[in-house]
Amino acid sequence: MRVIRYEDIVEKVAELCQEANFELGEDVMNAFHQALRTEKSETGKEVLTQLIENAEIAAAEYMPMCQDTGTAVFIVEIGQECFIEGGSLTDAINEGVRKGYQEGYLRNSMVKDPLGRENTGDNTPAIIHIDYTEGDALTLHMTAKGGGAENMSGLKMLRPSDGVEGIKEYILDIVKVAGPNACPPLVVGVGIGGNFERCAFLAKKSLFRPIGERHPDKQVAEFEEELMEEINRLGIGPQGMGGSTTALDVKIEVEPCHIASLPVAVNLNCHASRHKQAVL
Amino acid sequence: MIKNITLPLDDGSLKELRAGDRVHLSGTVYTARDAAHQRMFEAIQKGEDLPFDIKGQVIYYVGPTPAKPGQVIGSAGPTTSSRMDKYTPKLLEMGLKGMIGKGYRSEEVKKAIVEHQAVYFAAVGGSAALISKAIKEVEIIAYEDLGTEAIRKMRIENFPVIVIHDIYGGDQYQDGIRQFQEAD
Repeated sequence: MRVIRYEDIVEKVAELCQEANFELGEDVMNAFHQALRTEKSETGKEVLTQLIENAEIAAAEYMPMCQDTGTAVFIVEIGQECFIEGGSLTDAINEGVRKGYQEGYLRNSMVKDPLGRENTGDNTPAIIHIDYTEGDALTLHMTAKGGGAENMSGLKMLRPSDGVEGIKEYILDIVKVAGPNACPPLVVGVGIGGNFERCAFLAKKSLFRPIGERHPDKQVAEFEEELMEEINRLGIGPQGMGGSTTALDVKIEVEPCHIASLPVAVNLNCHASRHKQAVL
Repeated sequence: MIKNITLPLDDGSLKELRAGDRVHLSGTVYTARDAAHQRMFEAIQKGEDLPFDIKGQVIYYVGPTPAKPGQVIGSAGPTTSSRMDKYTPKLLEMGLKGMIGKGYRSEEVKKAIVEHQAVYFAAVGGSAALISKAIKEVEIIAYEDLGTEAIRKMRIENFPVIVIHDIYGGDQYQDGIRQFQEAD
């Protein structure tokens, strides 16, 4: 049994929250530069240039790249040989979020109840997904997920007979309706299979994979590329002002599902695709 | 080419601005997003005065991050405008002349923009650190208890925006997407 201290998790989570908001990942920066070379619209190029400059300012000055510093979402892999000393994993993560957001001058964007709308004042609670694994490592995957793109996401229980064409049509429709609202260029996260709630989780999980990294299954990888091409033909472009860069990437995760079902979830991410990870 | 426009907007500027124009705005704007709009709307329904004279003014839809010591403001990019659509036609009717946000507006808002001769600008969403450099002075003038959603009066200089809807009914989202759409 390996002992991991509660305080160490708090510190690591606080660090992740700030890093995610200040330092845009190299994968996203590379994707911006790549898009700048291929974008057909002058306005689109101007938007991309502004986004690159913005990321540089944020990293240099430890400023949030976006004022929406997001809901703190975690996918945690905990080895079954880990023992957390001093408190629960959930409490440690929430305390880390509290600390990270306060000390980093990040915005508190969570409300206590969806109808009363009173701010919780410390950006908790985090959304936490826990997976038990073999071994004694604790891996924290964190994303600061903005509300604008989250609001334009969707889930549909398709019929198995709708097939690949039905899936494609639904995904393209979500991207079209989102238009400028989800802050393109987007990362489009797709979950196919599982059940109602699992499918939404798969779409979220897919967004943690770095931009440019294809799914290990060849067929899924090809579907990602095909969708990417079709989405970029929609003409939405950077910030929806028109252009050839609507998506920086498309990510798909697939799981088994019921004989009667074909669940599809599309979780849109804005260009500020903020994901970081740490191993304790 | 970038047009330099001084706020509040005068008739000359409103006539000059066309959908798709890149513009640098300088002058005064007021911030308000979801909760502030709801409160202003309730005040109007009760026949009370708004916290500022809205006539001729520009509202920026933003909820900034807290300022660090020594900063005028934290990161301050635009939020999605459509959440304010419910309240916007009334504010335009009362004399609001401009809005800065991001994303689509409803048909009602687009109609009201033309009817009341106003303009809708988009700032680049997620460009919040860069945009904060264009904000020179900030003062909370109302609803302080709303925190990031309080109404702030800001002095801005060379604040980068793009015109989406102009007084003539122009629509940059529609035109831009149509131009780059590739038919099947």
